[in-house]
Amino acid sequence: MQLSREDLLQAYRRMKTIRAFEELLHDEIQTGEIAGFTHLYCGQEAVAVGVCEHLSDDDKIVSTHRGHGHCLAKGCDVEGMMKEIWGSREGLCKGKGGSMHIADVDKGMLGANGIVGAGAPIAVGAAMAAKIDGPDANGKLKVAIAFSGDGACNQGTTFEAMNMAVVTKAPAIFVFENNHYSEHTGFEYAVGTQRDIASRAEAFGMRVWRADGTDFSAVHDTMSEVLEYVRAGNGPAAVEFDTERFYGHFEGDPQRYRAKGELDRIREERDCIKKFRESATEAKLLDGADLDQVDAEVAQAIEKAVVAARAAERPKAEDVLVDVYIDY
Amino acid sequence: MAKMMYRDAVRNTIFQEMKRDDSVVVLGEDVVGGMGTPGGPEAIGGIWSTSTGLFGEFGADRVIDTPISESAIVGAAGGLALSGKRPIAELMFADFIGVSLDQIWNQIAKFRYMFGGKTKCPAIIRCIYGAGYNAAAQHSQSPHAILTGMPGLKVVMPSTPADVAGLLRQAIRDDDPVIFMEHKALYGVQGEVPDDPDFCIPFGHARLTRAGQDVTILATGMMVGMAESAADTLAENGIGCDVIDLRTTSPLDEEAILDSVEVTGRLVIVDEAPPRCSLATDLSALVAQKAFASLRAPIEMVTAPHTPIPFARELESAYLPNPDKIEAAVRKALAYN
Repeated sequence: MQLSREDLLQAYRRMKTIRAFEELLHDEIQTGEIAGFTHLYCGQEAVAVGVCEHLSDDDKIVSTHRGHGHCLAKGCDVEGMMKEIWGSREGLCKGKGGSMHIADVDKGMLGANGIVGAGAPIAVGAAMAAKIDGPDANGKLKVAIAFSGDGACNQGTTFEAMNMAVVTKAPAIFVFENNHYSEHTGFEYAVGTQRDIASRAEAFGMRVWRADGTDFSAVHDTMSEVLEYVRAGNGPAAVEFDTERFYGHFEGDPQRYRAKGELDRIREERDCIKKFRESATEAKLLDGADLDQVDAEVAQAIEKAVVAARAAERPKAEDVLVDVYIDY
Repeated sequence: MAKMMYRDAVRNTIFQEMKRDDSVVVLGEDVVGGMGTPGGPEAIGGIWSTSTGLFGEFGADRVIDTPISESAIVGAAGGLALSGKRPIAELMFADFIGVSLDQIWNQIAKFRYMFGGKTKCPAIIRCIYGAGYNAAAQHSQSPHAILTGMPGLKVVMPSTPADVAGLLRQAIRDDDPVIFMEHKALYGVQGEVPDDPDFCIPFGHARLTRAGQDVTILATGMMVGMAESAADTLAENGIGCDVIDLRTTSPLDEEAILDSVEVTGRLVIVDEAPPRCSLATDLSALVAQKAFASLRAPIEMVTAPHTPIPFARELESAYLPNPDKIEAAVRKALAYN
């Protein structure tokens, strides 16, 4: 499916926003200004954006500890996220969540999640809700998507969720982002089949797709098919995207498990943003000047967000006690 | 008022609330019962008969019979709640919280706080708990203490059919996640239940079930009846006890406890769970901190021992608190000068 120029520019802008947002975090973390644990999504942008460009605010996603990309792709506010990561009271979660717990339920973003594998059951519940609400005027169901990695695919919760989605015919989609590393452990070791993840989902009785997660068009086109299938009420589906993680498991990870030259190679050969630029300009869908302009605008927006985050109000000690309950 | 069993109060309240509010959804293992069998849907209707007839009335989308997957049941309840529904998930045995604990502890309890108060999670996890069925170590426990200790959860422990109706309706209409603990040995207990379809009992309000000036007895769930039985025997001997049914352990009605202890000066806490890091020790600490000057005797605790729950009838009886043990504890508190 060929996207319009506007859609392509929007997709590029979102991918580039994720990249610029996180590269800035990567630098800022070195200075010690940002507290806590941060897990960067860089390298996987085509997956988050290729999936979420198809969704409305009424479609739900549940993310992971590596969640900035999913949040930004689902429409979470850049400044609100930056302020949250800075721990500000003005952050999306008022400084209570931080990098690993960013959520914006109004945007259908049901939370990044610090527990690997915890998201899939929550997505199944959201999909059950979509099934109860039924199809829209065009006969299409809303969906709920669980993003999981090759680490989460080994959790029992993910297995339970896949089976329950099949049994209840919930419009859930399990998106597996295989970046070949669960924390510091290789896919070939930790996934016992030593095969793909999608075949596991298939074994639970759902239809599966596989695509190159570093190719935006492949992700986007695949998701068109997946969503058509799931929105039509055929029950859940799964997709595995083969992708790359440009940074460590967490910021500060020395990455001694990587092969020599691996990081250079994947940045050279498997950078989804680079590939997007090349294919879009070669096909004359966009020209370099358009993309450079987006780059400049994104850089400006990120810089503005950081300035705002630095200046934003700090939480107060009494905020600790707020928002545990609605009424207690 | 209508006379009904504790289990019928559960089922009727859910039925009425599902009729009233389309967003109320039930899910759990065998809540329909018989799915995929020759007997067909509702061949069972829930092993506790607390969901009988719901499937026929409300259908498969709102009465969701799940595989045996406790993590996914609780997690799905969380996802439903974040998506505008009011799920009532059933854990067939409270002991199974071990299987689903992450979804209770790290997910539904924390969504609101982690997300900066911008969401609500009106999920109910019904936990069928307690001893009395000789069901041994993995099907008899009372894990209320660990749940009470989790910020973000409310924990409810009704002891009568009327309290089931009032507290369960409150739980269903409540916007925070609620652990609703139903004692399996109380399911057959009969009692009067108000007919009012909006009958709710607000959380954090204990119930004084016996009044006396000499000793305060605190209890929940099945322990309430035992405490009442001990209090009635003691009353015949001229010893008056306040028996306080806490009803909810989170929030806790501290005022009712402290007010009573200020009068009696003597406290017996009855708890079906083992004694360490328990509801009993928590209440004991509360009174020691906030009513120390009123105490005229050491606080007595009647609890299960620090052991798993044994199977044999004689052993389970020895394990559990009972009216005799409670009476002895009251007399011990009174004997202290």
